[in-house]
Amino acid sequence: MNRAETQTPPPEALTVVPLRHYGLWVGTVITLVILGLVLKALATNPAFDWPTVGKYLFHPSIMRGLGQTLLLTVTIMVLAIIIGTIVAIMRLSPSRILNAFASAYIWFFRGAPALIQLIFWFNLSLIVREFSLTLPFVGTLFTVKTNDFMTPFVAAVIALSLHEAGYMAEIVRAGINSVASGQTEAAGSLGMNHRLILRRITLPQAMRFIVPPTGNETINLLKTTSLVTIIAVNDLLYAAQSIYARTFETIPLLIVVAFWYLFVVTILSICQHYIEQYYGKSDQQQGVSMGGMLKRAFRFGRVAQPA
Amino acid sequence: MTSKAENQARFGVPQNSMVFARGVRKSFGAVEVLKGIDLNVPTGSVACVIGPSGSGKSTFLRCINHLEEVSGGVLLVDGEFVGYDLRHGKLHEVNNKLLCQRRADIGMVFQSFNLFSHMTALENLIEAPIMVKGMSKAEAKDKAYALLERVGLSAKADSYPRQLSGGQQQRVAIARALAMNPKVLLFDEPTSALDPELVGEVLVVMRDLAESGMTMVVVTHEIGFAREVGDQLIFMDRGVVEERGEPREMIANPQSPRTREFLSHVL
Ligand SMILES: Nc1ncnc2c1ncn2[C@@H]1O[C@H](COP(=O)(O)OP(=O)(O)O)[C@@H](O)[C@H]1O
Ligand SMILES: [Mg+2]
Repeated sequence: MNRAETQTPPPEALTVVPLRHYGLWVGTVITLVILGLVLKALATNPAFDWPTVGKYLFHPSIMRGLGQTLLLTVTIMVLAIIIGTIVAIMRLSPSRILNAFASAYIWFFRGAPALIQLIFWFNLSLIVREFSLTLPFVGTLFTVKTNDFMTPFVAAVIALSLHEAGYMAEIVRAGINSVASGQTEAAGSLGMNHRLILRRITLPQAMRFIVPPTGNETINLLKTTSLVTIIAVNDLLYAAQSIYARTFETIPLLIVVAFWYLFVVTILSICQHYIEQYYGKSDQQQGVSMGGMLKRAFRFGRVAQPA
Repeated sequence: MTSKAENQARFGVPQNSMVFARGVRKSFGAVEVLKGIDLNVPTGSVACVIGPSGSGKSTFLRCINHLEEVSGGVLLVDGEFVGYDLRHGKLHEVNNKLLCQRRADIGMVFQSFNLFSHMTALENLIEAPIMVKGMSKAEAKDKAYALLERVGLSAKADSYPRQLSGGQQQRVAIARALAMNPKVLLFDEPTSALDPELVGEVLVVMRDLAESGMTMVVVTHEIGFAREVGDQLIFMDRGVVEERGEPREMIANPQSPRTREFLSHVL
């Protein structure tokens, strides 16, 4: 044993000198400087015109637009989840034909750009002038002109639901595949049939893998709905455009629009967090609380890495 | 004549047989995994199956409750084909509803427990009785609590599988199978995934079941259990029954060199 070791004090008496993260400090200072410059520009540049932003924030036509955007998002997402789940189940079925149909569906509706699908459905009357139901011996029961029911809103709902369902199908399929095959076997050995197994065993467990990407999809969809301005659906962006086309207060109105999108996204994120917690309740570990998350996000300096 | 009596007369099934296999074959593609298995498990008895990995033990168990379709031979549970009905000399596949009904009478316990991970122990036990048998929730719960007590886990009714040890999970899985009042219980290496100190608690429950008169087919590497609880021992190797007999006798004095070699590894 050498001298140095014999002189070492017992471990509990040792003080820890933390490693100095100079790089982190420099980075933090640079970030703060940039943040300061941005805030100064926002506060002093007259183009932002904050009083005008305030004037239009709760303007009735903006509120109507927001309502329309939310209605579109909810309707489309609900339809997309239903259609997507059906397509996913077809995709996983042992039938070759169902499987091929589902693959083709996903390939086409997910692959073709949303904007093109939107314009296509809006112009459906160019291909199909009218729909009619004709029964043999009974005659034609009813006829509707495509233009009569294919309003901009209906076109938007159909186009974006079918498009979004392509994404949802893949999400649901991945979720179902992530459930261990032993679960299905155990259920089968208890005498549960396919449908019961899907409803009671597979889908509930798949939800933990389906909810997070579905949350992302909803947020994405909320913003994608702004495409409908192109076919004159009176959504949030369209409402703002109609106003600044008259008043030329372009930038303040875009800020109003951005504010409402961000506001709804924030609400959706919070909902997503709670839904995820609900479906993760069979996990032993406690979910991270919202307060904890905020604390972690805003802690100065080094952010603890989640394990 | 009932289909059961007809089957028994036609295939020479002994009286009192719960599981009857004659010349059971199973192929996956070109590979024949079971090459003619014969077995009779009388009601109330315990058959233990041992054999090296890959010899087809799991496949045979899965054929018994029709999780796999047999490729040939006769396999009857309580005198009936599980996945078929014999009519006019032909096997007709039964519809899904009937298949599920018959499967519900055949309990299965898996090596990896396979408890429903999104349900508590209690929910695992009441799921199939309510959804498959249409039992009332109150009755199913009463029964579930009694079964949990029987496997020594009354205190864990509200725990999720993740919160239970392997031994506890397997005991819940056994209770879940029992909740359906099965005619026969199939065990596929129920203790192979457990830490050594947890094996005993599961074997105690299984021994208790055997003593209460449950008909059991147990694939296991626990030679001690086979010797003390088994009424017959089957050694499977490469898809055939290499040797069978009374457990004590066979373990003490194996006839086939392959049995001898296998036993020397696991004893
Ligand atoms: N679904 C399957 N498809 C193809 N081969 C399989 C399948 N299941 C089992 N096998 C093969 O059958 C053989 C017997 O497997 P198994 O019954 O699991 O043996 P054991 O349980 O005795 O270890 C193995 O060679 C395995 O690879
Ligand atoms: Mg096996």
